[in-house]
Amino acid sequence: MSEPIRSFTTAVPYWRPRITPLDIEEASDEQLEAMKVTTSNTKIGEFTLVLALDPETLLHFTPLINGIMSGQGGLSRPETELGAVSASVVNRSIYCAAAHSNQYNQLTKDDAVIDSIFSSGEAADISPRQKALLLFSSKLSKCPSEATKADVERLSDNGLDMDEVLDLVFAASLFSWVNRLSHVLGDPLAQS
Amino acid sequence: MNIFETIVVQATGISADNPLVGVLSPRCDILELSEYSHDASLRPRRPGGLSHSERAGLAYRIAKRNNETALMLHYNQLFGVDSQTLADISFDGGDDARLKAIIRHTDLVTINPKAAVIEDVAALPVAGLDNADIVQLSELIAFVSYQARVVAGLRLMAVVA
Repeated sequence: MSEPIRSFTTAVPYWRPRITPLDIEEASDEQLEAMKVTTSNTKIGEFTLVLALDPETLLHFTPLINGIMSGQGGLSRPETELGAVSASVVNRSIYCAAAHSNQYNQLTKDDAVIDSIFSSGEAADISPRQKALLLFSSKLSKCPSEATKADVERLSDNGLDMDEVLDLVFAASLFSWVNRLSHVLGDPLAQS
Repeated sequence: MNIFETIVVQATGISADNPLVGVLSPRCDILELSEYSHDASLRPRRPGGLSHSERAGLAYRIAKRNNETALMLHYNQLFGVDSQTLADISFDGGDDARLKAIIRHTDLVTINPKAAVIEDVAALPVAGLDNADIVQLSELIAFVSYQARVVAGLRLMAVVA
């Protein structure tokens, strides 16, 4: 059995579940609805098949992720991804950090920011605005009471409007949720 | 849904004249989905191996581990017969193997999710949880962890806005 990846990477791993996923052939109508299965969409990932064991929660989880990560609100898509990456680094969710750093790099065509965060964490050599995003998201991820008024003021001082701060709160908080599922219920393996 | 009907906005304690209301209103969809997620984790139609009152007790415990007093008050209102036992952070399950496994996992994933290894998950079926119970417990822990952060973030924003 291959060993899980232990270091941060931007190459999206294969997610190997630690418990047996739902067998799609045995899915109930409720589970199919929660997985948003349509006839044109029959390839379901193992993460979704594990979460479908609790269809009542999955039903709202998928639209919540899409709503927060799609960039419909104030914060740009790359900066929303940066919030997700910051939380995933704190929680050492190798899978989520890879998936969202990969998105960030594709959107910005710039690998330097992620490289620096992966190698130096909160001491990363990035712009003041990026640093403000990273520090606030990291503190909120560690323990919500660690984030302070000064952290929000730093965001504001670096040009973030309140609707952008709101989206950052949602994105960083969301990954406190997603990381607790992906990191606890599965292992990241190198794609063969 | 009015934003003031949601638990996260109520827990921030903001008033209707706070400038934050104008920032939150366009993202009412996210607050509404968060509310539905709360109901699905705390009061599911099919609770499986975790009763509603056990869920309320665990949610209180998670809120307490996150220093989130307003959410502790909310979850206290949902308490039923078995809630208090699970909510008490000085209780580790005692000689009840099932409760002990549930509490250990809840505390671990709440405080230090990065330390959760495959053996931690493998310990849950041994204590009587089936795979659906494991996912439901994981969702409950993860949801309240999310909710506590949204509330803390909004509360800081309300001060700065």
